[in-house]
Amino acid sequence: MNPQTILIYDGSFDGFLSSVFIIYEQKIVYPVIRRQQEMNNQLFTISETVYTDKIKAKRVWRGIKNKTSKSQQKIIFSAFLSEIKGVENTLFSYLKNMFKEEHSKLIDYSNKDILKISQVAKMVGREKHRMEAFVRFKKTKDDIFVATIEPDFNVLPLLINHFQDRYADQKWLIYDVKRAYGIFYNLHKVEIITLDFFSKQNTTVAKEHYTSDELEFQYLWKTYFDNVNIKSRKNAKLHIQHLPRRYWKYLIEKNNI
Amino acid sequence: MSFDRIREKLTILADAAKYDVSCASSGGKRANTKKGLGNNTGMGICHSYTEDGRCVSLLKILLTNHCIFDCAYCVTRKSNDIKRAAFKIQEVVDLTINFYRRNYIEGLFLSSGIFKNSDYTMERLIAVAKKLRLEENFNGYIHLKSIPGASNELMREAGLYADRLSVNIEIPTISGLKLLAPDKKHEDFIKPMKKVKNEIIQYKTERKLIKSTPKYAPAGQSTQMIIGATGESDRDIMRSATYYYKEFNMRRVYYSGYIPITTDNRLPSIQTEVPILRENRLYQTDWLLRFYGFSVHELLNDQHKNLELDIDPKLSWALRNMEMFPIDINRADKNMIARVPGIGMQSVTKILQARRFRKLDWSHLKAIGISLNRSKYFITCNSNNFFHKDMSPLNLKNLIMKTSKSKHDKYFTNQLSLFP
Repeated sequence: MNPQTILIYDGSFDGFLSSVFIIYEQKIVYPVIRRQQEMNNQLFTISETVYTDKIKAKRVWRGIKNKTSKSQQKIIFSAFLSEIKGVENTLFSYLKNMFKEEHSKLIDYSNKDILKISQVAKMVGREKHRMEAFVRFKKTKDDIFVATIEPDFNVLPLLINHFQDRYADQKWLIYDVKRAYGIFYNLHKVEIITLDFFSKQNTTVAKEHYTSDELEFQYLWKTYFDNVNIKSRKNAKLHIQHLPRRYWKYLIEKNNI
Repeated sequence: MSFDRIREKLTILADAAKYDVSCASSGGKRANTKKGLGNNTGMGICHSYTEDGRCVSLLKILLTNHCIFDCAYCVTRKSNDIKRAAFKIQEVVDLTINFYRRNYIEGLFLSSGIFKNSDYTMERLIAVAKKLRLEENFNGYIHLKSIPGASNELMREAGLYADRLSVNIEIPTISGLKLLAPDKKHEDFIKPMKKVKNEIIQYKTERKLIKSTPKYAPAGQSTQMIIGATGESDRDIMRSATYYYKEFNMRRVYYSGYIPITTDNRLPSIQTEVPILRENRLYQTDWLLRFYGFSVHELLNDQHKNLELDIDPKLSWALRNMEMFPIDINRADKNMIARVPGIGMQSVTKILQARRFRKLDWSHLKAIGISLNRSKYFITCNSNNFFHKDMSPLNLKNLIMKTSKSKHDKYFTNQLSLFP
């Protein structure tokens, strides 16, 4: 029996790419890539900690870039952000396959790893799109529009461009309470920040920080939401399908103000 | 501003606007220039969903529900005894901007009852859009209603600020219109549509020569028809829709099941249920016409004036054309694969790419995500398992319906109860 080699990395994308580099460099035959947080001891395995190395990561990414289109690169990155347990290994199999083949615009949807990765990327894409829709900014006294979210996947990095393009003339902050970091736009550029202000118990901006008319607009929005509903067409199943319960917590229109 | 008064107006004027189905915010592109507010990437976003399951993308309101017309199907009609209100132009601007900044909406959909006359009303709608674009540097989505009978000059100006313009023809047939909206003339609806269509074409040609030519209604035009108010057949509706798609380059035609709002002996009684399933089948047909290469007479003709409610229109068509099947999934061309019941356009693309690598069998097709319980009877693939049967269309239909679960089953429970 050939022992597996478990590569433990820090959970960052660069860390993952560094792991890929090491697998090729050391010609590891049965690699398993695992995030530090998911560590559990297994018998008959060798484990190795991977140090995230920006230069190695860059080399792997360059290799990927030479072999793929922009949209395929996006698929790879999105699938990684899913943080689904074991996605690194499916991704590695995907990459191995890709390095082997000629650069092609066609995607082999009949290969199960390729299909899986494109499906996971689609799930992440959907979550990103949901966040573009469900973010609800609250205007604070210091003129910052603040929103808190708890997305299923780590989609903040995918949201930066959208919100930066759209809200170019206002300061805003979107904070992922689950992963304890946020993106903040200061009218010039977007920064990644962590705050003690929010925690799992303290998930939204408290009313005393609101600007004076913030509550009024929340009321108006709720009024609008309640009045566009057509009662004779009520369809609770469809409503839940589009607006799953787990997102309600942060939606003004689904809560009492 | 007085928030209480605004809230009261919003209650009345959002309520009156909700029967307009369109909430699309897609199809137009507008970049955020000079670090202003908002953009429009061409992809629509639904920011919320009402309890009836409809998308909330835009702030959809009437400027006013005062109206000089008395159309039987409309809540805002003159003779209806309801509360009336009117927004000031600045109030609509403030609401839009403040909702938009909080990421509640993609933009504004502004319609209006007709007060004084068509031009006076249209001018006010344009004034809101103009203020948003020029004073607030707003690049979000704006959908304006083209008021029937508005002058060509105003329609020309409207398109410079709006992303989309729409006129609702509401009643699919001219005779129905005469019956229910005696004050309105068919030509009044057509006139602004024609003007907008011509302007779009003209601006597009000019843009090819001079890049700085401003955009004119980049998200095009749409219209809406009420279904089930005047007894028209599905064939009439879809023919009419095809006419508007062709004649006026409509981006969308919306179908709105009639919601009984009034006791008027020209209309279905107040207890009538909203024909939601029929509406759904019409939308499916609309998609088949626009994206799947079907033409209207294949789906609806003198023999088949109405769509079958219990199965989707593509399956219905396939059952009538059994001699064209089965097709070989590894060889058939794109158009033919798109015609197989249970295979959508996204799966078509995946199949076409995947089959370049290897011959596909049932497991590949299942993984790609096509609906095998319908499609398997119409296709062959790289496998000895073969589902195409020499069955009569009716028997095959029953077999498919028995072995599949539809979200519409609740409408057909009376059939099942025959076999307890």
